[in-house]
Amino acid sequence: MRDPLQRLQRWAEKRLPALTRYRRPESLPIELHRRRIYIVPSGFGIGFSILLLVMLVGALNYANNAALLLTCLLGAASAASMLVAFRSLDGLRLSHIRAGHAIAGQAIELALAFDSSRQRNAIRLDLGGDTVAFAIDASATAQVKLTLPTVQRGWQPLPRLRLWSTWPLGLFRVWSWLYPDQSVLVWPRPEVAGPSPHAPADDARHMRLHRGDELAALRDYRVGDPQRHIAWKASARHDHLLVKDFEQPQSRPQWQLDWRQLSALENEARIARLARWLNEAQAQRCSYSLWLPGNEIASNSGPLHYAHCMNALAQLP
Amino acid sequence: MTTPAPRRKAVEPPIDSRAFDLLSLTMALVLGLHASHLPWWLSMALALTLGGRWWQRRQRAGRVPNWLKLPLLALLTLAVIVQYGNIFGREPGSALAVGLLVLKLLETETVRDARVGTSFACFGLMTALLFDQGLIATVAVALGLLPALASLRALEPGQAPTSLARGLLPGLALSASALPLALLAFLLVPRLSSPLWGAPSPGPARTGLSDSMSPGNFTDLLTDDHPAMRVSFDGAPPPPDRRYFRAYVMWNFDGRSWRYLDVRYAGPREPATLEADSSIQYQISLQPTHQRVLPALDVPLQAPPQASLQADREVLADKPVNDELNYSARSALRYRLQSNLDERSRRLGLRLPADFNPRTQALAAQWRQRFGGNDAAIVQAALTLFHDGGFRYTLAPAPLGRDSVDDFLFDTHEGFCEHYASAFTVLMRAAGIPARVVTGYQGGYWNKLGNYLLVRYSDAHAWSEVWLAGRGWVRIDPTGAVRPERVSLGAAAAAGDQLSWYRNDWLQGLRNHWDIVNRWWDQGVIGFDALRQRGLLTPFGIRDTDTATLGVLLAISSVLFIAIGLAWALLRRRPRDPLRDALRELERRLARKGIVRGLTEGPQHYLGRAARALPGQRDELARLMSCYLELRYAHDEPPPESLRMFQRAVQDFRVVNVVK
Repeated sequence: MRDPLQRLQRWAEKRLPALTRYRRPESLPIELHRRRIYIVPSGFGIGFSILLLVMLVGALNYANNAALLLTCLLGAASAASMLVAFRSLDGLRLSHIRAGHAIAGQAIELALAFDSSRQRNAIRLDLGGDTVAFAIDASATAQVKLTLPTVQRGWQPLPRLRLWSTWPLGLFRVWSWLYPDQSVLVWPRPEVAGPSPHAPADDARHMRLHRGDELAALRDYRVGDPQRHIAWKASARHDHLLVKDFEQPQSRPQWQLDWRQLSALENEARIARLARWLNEAQAQRCSYSLWLPGNEIASNSGPLHYAHCMNALAQLP
Repeated sequence: MTTPAPRRKAVEPPIDSRAFDLLSLTMALVLGLHASHLPWWLSMALALTLGGRWWQRRQRAGRVPNWLKLPLLALLTLAVIVQYGNIFGREPGSALAVGLLVLKLLETETVRDARVGTSFACFGLMTALLFDQGLIATVAVALGLLPALASLRALEPGQAPTSLARGLLPGLALSASALPLALLAFLLVPRLSSPLWGAPSPGPARTGLSDSMSPGNFTDLLTDDHPAMRVSFDGAPPPPDRRYFRAYVMWNFDGRSWRYLDVRYAGPREPATLEADSSIQYQISLQPTHQRVLPALDVPLQAPPQASLQADREVLADKPVNDELNYSARSALRYRLQSNLDERSRRLGLRLPADFNPRTQALAAQWRQRFGGNDAAIVQAALTLFHDGGFRYTLAPAPLGRDSVDDFLFDTHEGFCEHYASAFTVLMRAAGIPARVVTGYQGGYWNKLGNYLLVRYSDAHAWSEVWLAGRGWVRIDPTGAVRPERVSLGAAAAAGDQLSWYRNDWLQGLRNHWDIVNRWWDQGVIGFDALRQRGLLTPFGIRDTDTATLGVLLAISSVLFIAIGLAWALLRRRPRDPLRDALRELERRLARKGIVRGLTEGPQHYLGRAARALPGQRDELARLMSCYLELRYAHDEPPPESLRMFQRAVQDFRVVNVVK
């Protein structure tokens, strides 16, 4: 039952000119209207109408008017459910799409925001093999989370999304295609193993020299503090011992990641290595700067900086 | 050679408990609606199975294993065959269908199963109507659609949670909005003039009047208060003591029971002569009896079409009445029936089995001796005996022995109409007066609202007719001598408090009034057959509506309804914007003074122009404008109290005429 229906659906999409109009990506927000909503009876709907036919013939044969009335009522309710099915998509608006972060090969998380002026139930969104069902309250926004598999770094356009529903009785299948003109940025996949970045030696020496040298504060004496750290002068002014507390030395080295240092490698390998270094730097919580052709990112740290650097890497030609 | 790759079969998730509960409820309703005709043990077993499955599903989701399901299936089939003898036909078929429905629940775990089960339940609901298509049953079945629709809804994933009761409401709304189309389709779907297959099996047998009468066999009938027929008269109805509807005239008495003298035994005879003074025309709507006899008021003048008048002016239809039948007839109210009794009839009317009821025969002989040739005096003597002889009217009389009339007249002294009619007729025959028993209905309830007479099975009655020289056959109702209320008020009044509690006065009154709804339903819905459908368009000048016309009408009106539905579906309701409405109001007020907002004019420009045109109200307009701009652009959603203030300010704004 399912196969012929899908063939019918494919045929309909190929033949109906209105559908081809939405083959091109369009900009958000996208509002569904009657010209782009399609409806066919579902397999269950066809089976149910055969049952209704049997009931009709039975009622007529037995000249049983009460049964005929019931059959007519059921049939009319089924027909009315077609209109309800149409209305469950009509006027639905895809207002924006937010994408998460993912490296090539992993699935990227998408959050699609749908809003609607009235309540809707049991709307389903297909992307690839993934189906999500959701409901929207009256004049509210529903965030629908989906994952999209990625292949390679860079901008990846969103595929066509199918929005469909069999609400309310499962007798009709109503669907519409969404083709938002939006791409998601996929980060490069880091290489698995490789050399560490070259860190300037004088940086390290500089740090050792200054280690524990800066007086940061005075605090109460605790058993085990070395005697030479006791602040005798300050303690004299108090009734208990005070200890000089030194600031911990800066453990974060300054990494300068440079595209030009990796000239021996080819393009993608360079990117993969830089991505791995960025990951390591992020893991060690050191601050780092990144030099790319046409894009120089000053030294900084934190997740935003990391995302900025990865985005820059992903967008390299 | 390549084998096709196995298609990735989507694993259907099990349905949730809400959907399963609704499905179980639907099936329980179907079972309940069928319980009246299923054997009680089958209903119980199915109810237990259903309850057990429901409980099991609550504990842990999962199908019932096959080793349990298949034996149950075999057991069900066996039970149906044992009960009914086969599995085809209306009763066994529906018993099997209900059983299969409950067994389907055992394996229902996926959406697909649940949908199949629900569709099948809809079919089960319809088959319940094959047994009873009364108004109450139909409404009950229609209500049974609600959980079915609700369970179909509950199968859809991703919906806002609701309570079980609220889940039923959308189904109600859907059915209600579908009702006009359903009614239209009901009116216009062409009816079959003859069934496509099989003869529809007869409905549940009501005892009805039978063509024989022996003491005690009326008891079932007299306690059955289903409507037997409804009579409407042209003009005023006859007074209560003249509402006698004749069905069978019985001549043959074998000592115990009276029998109708069928034409097969008596041979064809001409209808008895009738000289009528006044007559009355009436219509009878008769419930199916599965017999040929058509009750008619008193003595009918002629038979309705497709029926014939018999020798004693009883009416027999050409074929048994298996569906509700409407016929009209004309009857005589004052008449002389068969003023010349032929010899054969006289012999028949005097015949008595020889060695039965000796004491009765002795009494009759004694009367004959005392009154000589005065037949009327003998009749009067018998009625006096019933009236003063200590006789009692009861629906539960003592059993009678071999000489039933002797036992009744001299020992038990209690009985109801058939005892009296039988004893009286035997007395008359023994005294040499030709007499016979007539059965039929007497009385009925006059429904003022509907202007019709409702006759129930409990109004069945038996009386006597005696042939008196010069007067022909005269109706004598001996029961009336014992219990006059039986004739003037009806069966229920005569029975007094012998009837069960639900037939007490006020309830009976309620039921009598309610009958008009039943009548409307029976005539308007159940009785809407192929014939009535053909006359559907008579008011519009089309005398005979054929199938093609009906089809065209159905198509046209369906398209009309679909158009209305589409208009509803396609209508875009703009969300109301109270702020814009308030501004519109202000514009209307200003426009009265000739300051009309241009099509491309923004509010700021427009109100600025208005302020220049009305210098006296410049401040007020400037305030309104700033207020509007703030409400419109400073917030996502204008704060309600500021909005109200703006609305009030607009309401209070009056354009003051500029004095130049």
